[in-house]
Amino acid sequence: MWSFSKIANLIHEWLNQTFNPTLATIIEMVIVGIAVIGLFAVLGLVLVIMERKVSAWIQIRLGPNRVGPKGMLQSLADTLKLLVKEAMTPSGSDKFLFNLAPYIAMMVAMLLMAPIAFASNFQMWDLNIGVLYVSAVSSISVISILIAGWASNNKYSLMGAMRSGAQIVSYELSAGLSILAVVVLTGSLNINDIIQSQANGWWIFKGHIPAIIAFIVFITAVTAETNRAPFDLAEAESELTAGFHTEYSGMKFALFFLAEYVNVFIVCAIGATLFLGGWMPFHVGNWQGFNHVMDYIPGSVWFFGKTFFLIFVIMWFRWTFPRLRIDQLLNLEWKYLLPISMFNILLVTAMAILGWHF
Amino acid sequence: MELEELKTNITELLPAAAFEEGGEWLTVHVEPSAWAVFASQLRHTDSLFFDYLFCLTCVDWKTHLTMVYHLSSVKYRHNMVVKIKIDRNKPEIETVSNIWRTAEFHEREVYEMFGVQFINHPDLRLLILPDGWEGKKPLLKDFDDPVNMIKL
Amino acid sequence: MVEELGTTTEGDLIINVGPQHPATHGVLHLVITLNGETIKKVEPHLGYIHRSIEKMCESLTYRQFIYVTSRMDYLSAHINNHACALCVEKGMQIEVPERAQVIRVLMDELTRIASHELWWGAMAMDLGAFTPFFHAFRERETINDIMEETCGARLTMNYMVPGGVMADLHPDFQKRVKAFISLYRSKIKEYDEMLTGNIIFQNRMKGVGYLSPEDAISYGCSGPAARGSGVSCDIRKLYPYEVYNKVQFEEVLETAGDSFARYMVRIREMNQSVSIIEQLIDNIPEGDYQAKTKAVLKLPKGEFYTRVETARGELGVYIVSEGATTPYRIKFRSPGFSNLSALDHMARGSKLGDLVAMMGTLDLVIPDIDR
Repeated sequence: MWSFSKIANLIHEWLNQTFNPTLATIIEMVIVGIAVIGLFAVLGLVLVIMERKVSAWIQIRLGPNRVGPKGMLQSLADTLKLLVKEAMTPSGSDKFLFNLAPYIAMMVAMLLMAPIAFASNFQMWDLNIGVLYVSAVSSISVISILIAGWASNNKYSLMGAMRSGAQIVSYELSAGLSILAVVVLTGSLNINDIIQSQANGWWIFKGHIPAIIAFIVFITAVTAETNRAPFDLAEAESELTAGFHTEYSGMKFALFFLAEYVNVFIVCAIGATLFLGGWMPFHVGNWQGFNHVMDYIPGSVWFFGKTFFLIFVIMWFRWTFPRLRIDQLLNLEWKYLLPISMFNILLVTAMAILGWHF
Repeated sequence: MELEELKTNITELLPAAAFEEGGEWLTVHVEPSAWAVFASQLRHTDSLFFDYLFCLTCVDWKTHLTMVYHLSSVKYRHNMVVKIKIDRNKPEIETVSNIWRTAEFHEREVYEMFGVQFINHPDLRLLILPDGWEGKKPLLKDFDDPVNMIKL
Repeated sequence: MVEELGTTTEGDLIINVGPQHPATHGVLHLVITLNGETIKKVEPHLGYIHRSIEKMCESLTYRQFIYVTSRMDYLSAHINNHACALCVEKGMQIEVPERAQVIRVLMDELTRIASHELWWGAMAMDLGAFTPFFHAFRERETINDIMEETCGARLTMNYMVPGGVMADLHPDFQKRVKAFISLYRSKIKEYDEMLTGNIIFQNRMKGVGYLSPEDAISYGCSGPAARGSGVSCDIRKLYPYEVYNKVQFEEVLETAGDSFARYMVRIREMNQSVSIIEQLIDNIPEGDYQAKTKAVLKLPKGEFYTRVETARGELGVYIVSEGATTPYRIKFRSPGFSNLSALDHMARGSKLGDLVAMMGTLDLVIPDIDR
């Protein structure tokens, strides 16, 4: 049976046999870099077409259906259009910062890819503080939005950026606390350890109600953190035209767009890793036959399956809920989600100490 | 309230009021100088209580302008029309926007279209017409715009 | 320090919402003074789609001017035409055949449903829920198809003429309207499930944009904007025209005065419109669809005023006639113009995000405001 780790090991061995170790390492780095950029581009294309198809399905439409089979190449055509479009810079803007902002957004999204385990033993960087790294680096994305809003020299953009700043900073707390719940249960910040600890059952099943609460808080908070509807106040089309990226066009806009989708992928991947067992297959107690069949499905399929399910859920939110108002948004975080997740941490800690989980 | 009863009530308030016959609703002609007080009385007298100004406009009769106010009472469901003749060369009348808030916008429209000056209006500026149309009074009969006006 | 609302001081943020803005649905221009996210003042600048229809009508005959009025409130074109036709008929004392009256009322109510459908979808979209828009348009499309069959147009119908309607109903009209009603009865529940019951939606609407009954009257609000504050102002009930006094329907009133009340008025009004159509669709009397009228209409000297209830409120048509073939002066009292004037009063002190909810529930149609 093929798996990503086997392919990776084959390449690694072949490179080490052919070249000297230093050169092999450099070539590996280049391969990883290209793979990340490739994954980035593919994810962008796939998620955009997925969003359009999901929204079309919810909205009783057909969605794109002209370019390619069933419209599957639509996002490729869109990318081409954005590439050849003029990227305008408003004359009153701070040009350096204006051009810098989309790259920061992009870079943050790329950095976040590092510790994610796509399949067993298939990880760019097996970091011992993987979860902490993710929550730390994801905070940088707010800077790109603030820069974009400020440098655009546009009132709508500035308001969008300010909203986004307040929103991301607040929701990071409950996202962090809900991640902490799983960390407390596992006793490790390492993403591999977290996945291994779910070999006999995913945390969402093993962790009883506290884990489910943590999962719901996590999904809510990351939807807010990625500026997706119903928390898309930073963009708020009907209020602020397009919020922080009002002035962006062409590829610079596309980078923001891409970064948003890749961020969605990453938070869903983290959610799948923490609560749904990452690449671990679905096992039920001691149904040996069933578990055996499940083991035959490759880990990467499990991982992407779970991640895309969560992405679908987040898209489902976007196309069904109206947008919140800024004060309601902050009320939800500070008056409801934060106290709930703090109390939840207590519950989880008690549970972990007393060993009440499976 | 019946038409006759309304008539009596209004005559009590303003003996100088002249009634016009033939219209669908009771029509009263008022002098411009008496309007401010009379309007307030129409709104605040308990038996009349005209609280709903549903139409405010002006008609250019070439010799003079006529302000037309269509009033209604939500409480008693009676309607009346007030007409006020004003001088075409120096059109001036007291505002009623402090009595009926809706008049603020309607008076601004009449101001830009007919050039009627509303005394004590809080914010008498162009509302619909773009900048540069001050004083052009497009709805007057002698206004002519050879470029934009299509005549059949 | 609490700053006074309605003033602009140093350091306030002044933003221009419109004339090109996704939430204004047209070319409305609002200059908004903000203190942070709080609205201090809203100042509408109108006229971006002003065509001076009143002046135009002065040079058009009584048969011609009706067609221009379809372009005022394009979402209730039938009702605009109807108001003008009624006013001319009042002046000429034309007796409209009963068949034409019923057809007119049917068309008016279909228009009202179509208009409220569009409002519902567009308002939900303003609040960030995109899906209702498409669901609403599915049903609106059916109405447009029905209209197209009979009137030949989908938006600016020009179907009402002085003396009746322009052409007889399409043979399929009754069948298709009945099919639409049965479909619609099931869909209106879906609307409630999709949006009305949503907790986020209710939080966005309740207590937002409060308009007291006194203010609603003083600002000249009419239609659902005033009925949401509990002011009874349905012209169809108060001054019935055509066959409105022969059908059973309820004037929808809500008392809360906030955006949610105005929303509920419109949702319930759609049900009332459906029930009016249900009562009339099987009882369209046989006969002429148009009264015999002279080729050239000349209104006698005098003044004529008609009031009808459009989807947005009270539309008044005021014709001053000098006995010629063209009106001497014509004035359209449009519902949107008066409703808009209450926006500043409603919006002061609320958040920027609330403004779209208020604009949505006032159901502003810009050509109707600018004329």
